[in-house]
Amino acid sequence: MTQLILRRLATSVLILLAVSLLVFIATLLLPGDPAQAILGQQATPERLAALREQMHLNDPVWQRYLSWLGGLAVGNFGMSAASGGAVTALLGERIGASLVLLLAAAVISIPLGLLLGSYSALRKGRAGDHITTGASLVLAALPEFVIGISLITVFSTTIFPILPSVTMAPPGEAVWNYPSQLVLPTFTLVLMVTPYIARMMRATMLEVLDSGYVEMARLKGVPEGQVILRHALPHALSPVAQVIAIQLAWMAGGVVVVEFLFRYPGIGQALVDAVANRDVQVVQTLSILIAAVYIVVNLLADVVGILTNPKLRTGGAR
Amino acid sequence: MSTSVVEPPTTTKPVLSAQDLRISTTSGQEILHGVSFTLQPGKILALVGESGSGKTTAGLACLGHFRQGLKHTGGEIHLAGTGNTGSILDLPEQERRKLRGGSISYVPQDPALSLNPAMPIGRQIAEVLQVQHYGRSEEERSARVAEVLAEVGLNNSPAYQRRYPHQLSGGQQQRVGIAMAFACRPSVLVLDEPTTGLDVTTQALVLQTIAELTERHGVAGLYITHDLAVVAKIADEVVVMLSGEVVEKGPAAEVLYQPQHDYTRKLLSAVPDLAGKRQVGRVAVITGEHPVVGRESTAAAAARQQLSTPPTTDGGKLLEVTGLKLSYGKTQVLDGIDFSLAKGESMMLLGESGSGKTTLSRCIAGLNDDYKGTVRLNGEELRPGTRARTPEQRQQVQYVFQSPFSSLNPRRTICESVEVPLQMSGTLNRKQRRIRVREALDQVRLGESYLDRRPGDLSGGQRQRVAIARALVNAPQLLVCDEITSALDVSVQASIIDLLRTLQAETGMSMLFVTHNICLARHISQRMAVLQQGRIVDLGSTDEVLQRPRHEYTRELLANVPTL
Repeated sequence: MTQLILRRLATSVLILLAVSLLVFIATLLLPGDPAQAILGQQATPERLAALREQMHLNDPVWQRYLSWLGGLAVGNFGMSAASGGAVTALLGERIGASLVLLLAAAVISIPLGLLLGSYSALRKGRAGDHITTGASLVLAALPEFVIGISLITVFSTTIFPILPSVTMAPPGEAVWNYPSQLVLPTFTLVLMVTPYIARMMRATMLEVLDSGYVEMARLKGVPEGQVILRHALPHALSPVAQVIAIQLAWMAGGVVVVEFLFRYPGIGQALVDAVANRDVQVVQTLSILIAAVYIVVNLLADVVGILTNPKLRTGGAR
Repeated sequence: MSTSVVEPPTTTKPVLSAQDLRISTTSGQEILHGVSFTLQPGKILALVGESGSGKTTAGLACLGHFRQGLKHTGGEIHLAGTGNTGSILDLPEQERRKLRGGSISYVPQDPALSLNPAMPIGRQIAEVLQVQHYGRSEEERSARVAEVLAEVGLNNSPAYQRRYPHQLSGGQQQRVGIAMAFACRPSVLVLDEPTTGLDVTTQALVLQTIAELTERHGVAGLYITHDLAVVAKIADEVVVMLSGEVVEKGPAAEVLYQPQHDYTRKLLSAVPDLAGKRQVGRVAVITGEHPVVGRESTAAAAARQQLSTPPTTDGGKLLEVTGLKLSYGKTQVLDGIDFSLAKGESMMLLGESGSGKTTLSRCIAGLNDDYKGTVRLNGEELRPGTRARTPEQRQQVQYVFQSPFSSLNPRRTICESVEVPLQMSGTLNRKQRRIRVREALDQVRLGESYLDRRPGDLSGGQRQRVAIARALVNAPQLLVCDEITSALDVSVQASIIDLLRTLQAETGMSMLFVTHNICLARHISQRMAVLQQGRIVDLGSTDEVLQRPRHEYTRELLANVPTL
């Protein structure tokens, strides 16, 4: 089993390397010159040449790639072209803020999705099932900004003016010191992600409930609760884990829109700003980070799959 | 109908009695029309019937369980020794659950599907003990797990108990299922075709285990099956069911050897036997299936004639397989196969699951292309893989799959399905193709009315006929039949076997009949090859192999064949 996980881990590292190469090439292809962008109006040929020298822009491409990669490995993401400061300093706080949002949404939506999915599978064909599947279909069909705006309309304007619609933490203070401001963005993400998890859970749960071993467990006299928890749930989880992984990964990127909507000081905002300012180092760093999130959550889903399937765990030896 | 049969005199009080049991679908269609039977301690009652007769439904009702879409509409089931005087079907679900696994337990048909794949077998057995509050402590329960595993003849070491179902063979899985059923010392055991899918040697072992345990512990057994040879071996009494009704019941010896009802007689005559005394081909079909060849059809008679005479050698070799090898990773699936098939000859390829028989037939048909060795047709070497073969070569070798339920596209009409090979050869226009399809359907005794129907409207036997027609449209020289009767009832199997023999006599094609059922040997083949772990261990004319088996494995198989 460890071998299997290690092999997946090795593949993940390779994929990450490939992504870093792609990101690097993509930023090379961007029009414009970072040195020019930084200096802007004050660019004179001498200063440009000096800055180029300082930023190693004159080195061969492969050397720049390797030194950038080396920097990534030790946590040195380079200097921001727009602010002139270290990328780590610029992004550190924002990454934390985004992670808080992501984690809060994941912690709420995963159990909620699993519960709702199992509930509607168990009540298949009854009112509870119809309501859950209907509602989840509608929510899944709505784009995130529509959900976000609707939430703002309902909870922070005229109807129930109880929650703030934008995030307004004073600079330098952490977002989680103002929990009420976190509610609406988190809630939007939860509403986006939960329907997919619930629908997938319902489908796999229905399949598992129809299986021979669940019927056998019932015929063994196992109480219904234990049938669900011990015989049905573990088998239903593994395909759902893949969907959860895709959803979490989507959140890492989709958070951009939600953060923009609520003016939340996270990586989404930073990414939008960086692209506007042609801040190459920041764009590179964020792309790699988001790619890393994708890979890590998918790896976790694979591990869940391995844990719930003894065939993978023990090998096929008879 | 059941009232006309005299109940055998009983000295002991029955453990379980079902009276006038009626079950219908939720939409109101009645499935069981008043079924009654009684179970005696230490005796096994066989519930016999073909698919759709309601035998599993009746068996599950004994546990107070109804599958989705079914509901209980009448009748009672009494279970002695549980403190309940009324019918167990009147108990609330909670109470019925307490009986299951404790007083009455169930052995499922397919252990591979019915054991939880993610739970070690020891824990699955312990779970029953735990929910039934068997014993006073955890130690007592784990001692019982070890004891019951030993009783069914399995290793009971802690390491073995930690194994997962996929680490056991089919026979071992089924014995785990039996151990689970016996764990709480039930008074009634319901066994739902527990040996279907096992090869004869394993089946003999499982049957012996069941017979021993029921006798030793005085357990009453309800044995659900369609296999009358197994019934003869294990049952004390027999109840025969036909579409939800009991048509005959009585002691096993009476029902099997002096059957009163027509249906029982037909069922018995359809059972293939090793000695080849019964002519399974001549049975009239029972289940409203298609009427087959007439009683003394000349073609069938000719086929029988041909079956008894050795094939003429002047026909030459049609198929020649030499040194065929194939491995998946480290597992050697086929380990050097050599055999040949003469023109117009029929050969049985016998082997249990995992012996490589399907892999071998797929290699011959070109569906597997990564084999080593050569396959020659008419002296010409075939390249591995259908894509590498010429269209003519592909037409010469046709394949019929095991399951007629998955080998036909449910969205296509019969005509469209059968037409495909003709479209591929591309020489006929639409009209000519339709004529050819009609001829092929005639050959398999399905009329024109089937042309525009879809597989969903057809019974299993009819679907298999369509699959055979599809293989026949291009008039192949070699027909590979991969377990084509194992998903079918015995009476349908008999009609398919009859059809194949007739077709062979009509067309003069060669046939490779792949099966695990040794009883069919004398009914289908002139020669047979016995396959074990990727090697042919016995090869010769059917008579030779059955009378003077050369290999220990063949002898073992022959010794374990259940006979009527």
